[in-house]
Amino acid sequence: MIQRRSGRAAALFIAPSFIPLLAFFVLPMVAAAVLSFTSWDLLTPPTWIGFGNFKQLIHDKEFLHSLINTLVFIAGYLPIVYILGLSAALALNRKFRGSGALRGIYFLPVITSWVIVALLWKWILNPNGGLMNSALHVIGIQGPGWWTSKDWSMVSVIIPSAWKDLGYVMLLLLAGLQSIPPEYQEAAAIDGASKRQILFKITLPLLTPATFFVLVISLINNFQVFDQIWVMTAGGPEGSTNVVVGEIVRNSFDYGHMGYASALSMVLFLIIMVITGIQLRLQKRWVNYE
Amino acid sequence: MNKPTRRNKSMRPKFFTTFFGIAMLFPFFWMISSSLKNSVEAFATPPTLLPKHPTLDNYRHVFQNMDVPRLFLNSISVTLICVFLQLLTSALAGYAFARLNFRFKNVIFMVYLATMMIPLQVIIVPLFIEMRQLNLIDSLVGLGLPSVVTAFGVFLMRQAMLAIPRELEEAAILDGASHIRMFFSIALPLCMPTLAALGILSFMSVWNAYLWPLVVIFSPEKMTLPLALSNLHGENLTDWPMVMAGTTIAVIPIALTYLILQKQIAQSFLTAGLKG
Repeated sequence: MIQRRSGRAAALFIAPSFIPLLAFFVLPMVAAAVLSFTSWDLLTPPTWIGFGNFKQLIHDKEFLHSLINTLVFIAGYLPIVYILGLSAALALNRKFRGSGALRGIYFLPVITSWVIVALLWKWILNPNGGLMNSALHVIGIQGPGWWTSKDWSMVSVIIPSAWKDLGYVMLLLLAGLQSIPPEYQEAAAIDGASKRQILFKITLPLLTPATFFVLVISLINNFQVFDQIWVMTAGGPEGSTNVVVGEIVRNSFDYGHMGYASALSMVLFLIIMVITGIQLRLQKRWVNYE
Repeated sequence: MNKPTRRNKSMRPKFFTTFFGIAMLFPFFWMISSSLKNSVEAFATPPTLLPKHPTLDNYRHVFQNMDVPRLFLNSISVTLICVFLQLLTSALAGYAFARLNFRFKNVIFMVYLATMMIPLQVIIVPLFIEMRQLNLIDSLVGLGLPSVVTAFGVFLMRQAMLAIPRELEEAAILDGASHIRMFFSIALPLCMPTLAALGILSFMSVWNAYLWPLVVIFSPEKMTLPLALSNLHGENLTDWPMVMAGTTIAVIPIALTYLILQKQIAQSFLTAGLKG
């Protein structure tokens, strides 16, 4: 093996990515951390207020509400997307005529942008003349106000989110299913295990690595949920779909509270770090590798 | 084997997934159908599956309300330039981390790994302020700059470059090849599959981006497609047939690309999963 130091070459290879990385990720991250201890309206110089922002945010009803809304969103979204994604993966795990095309169809929403998905479903769930309520009307049901009603707005943003991400969850679980050696299921079938027993006693336990990954990815992504909600409801009505990132955007770009918004960002970052930390810690213990 | 009963049993999931597949596709069908209806028929109860009097008026209105070619040009140019720069910078750094020895290598690589965990949502405020200081607010350069590098891409390319056999490298060094030549003539060609996967992922993330364009762009002529569509809706809150015509225009090129590259696109999303 050839061992030689090649500092000049290395600098040449690394600088093109390292300099932008420092400028557009590391520097803003450090700045966010510093700004979170200041009060700043962009017009006058920032003033240092220590833990003032953090003391304020634990009593900030709107922020706590946005945190709860984010959790409610995840609690509604995750079971739907997992159960439907798993069902699709189990059904498409074997080849039959059209299975490839079906996988393709399930995956089509994944590559569509959130803005388009949100607009599409906002129209379908439009209280007046939208497909959903028109169809409900035909069978004699008076449909709800969907995204215009504070009781139904959360449901209205969860449905399109699950619809879009289902294909990705399916894809990840499908890869997990295909890594399970078929001998396990075959041996169990020979021993007289029922299909249900095979599913719950063999397939699902062996699928825990993929399930765990889906769970972590979904948590990390959806604590940052923003696009589809902003397009559909902009956090409304009456703050019923206001999520953490929406609260950051409102505080910074609507109210000009740059320091306070940075403090909220740091809380979001902390949450994501904790999830990542738990992932790294528990991966070895929970996950059932063969 | 008692084939007939087996086939019977496997019919049920097939029926279920096919039915569900149609349901998954239906919103897209509805989008196109609505875009071809006049405003009376679009809101009719009971709804009509296909337009009774198909019209292209909505598409005409979209072209009147926004500069569609300009928006496509904005989206395509920002996306292509960012994807190219992401691929180039990722491959270069990936090569250095996989094949070169230098001081602080591990420390610098840790910086990349740590950066992977920083979401845009967390740094959006300082990033906006930074762009304001640089006078790049409301410009396509300011829009693209934060997307010229990807720490995840560097990680991905490093993994791919680690897999290059030593023998190839040693032979090239004996031939007196420089690192630059080795990078372009050996490393890059061997890493094409990973590069393609990264390219697809980068394309998706830049093309579909909404939050950063929303924050940094104000002028309609500098918008990208997703931002312009949400704007179109914001200015025509009840003209749903026209908004559906707008989304249809934006979906069609992506859907066609997907038809051609379906396997590669699915594969690249799986590659992204590897980092977990």
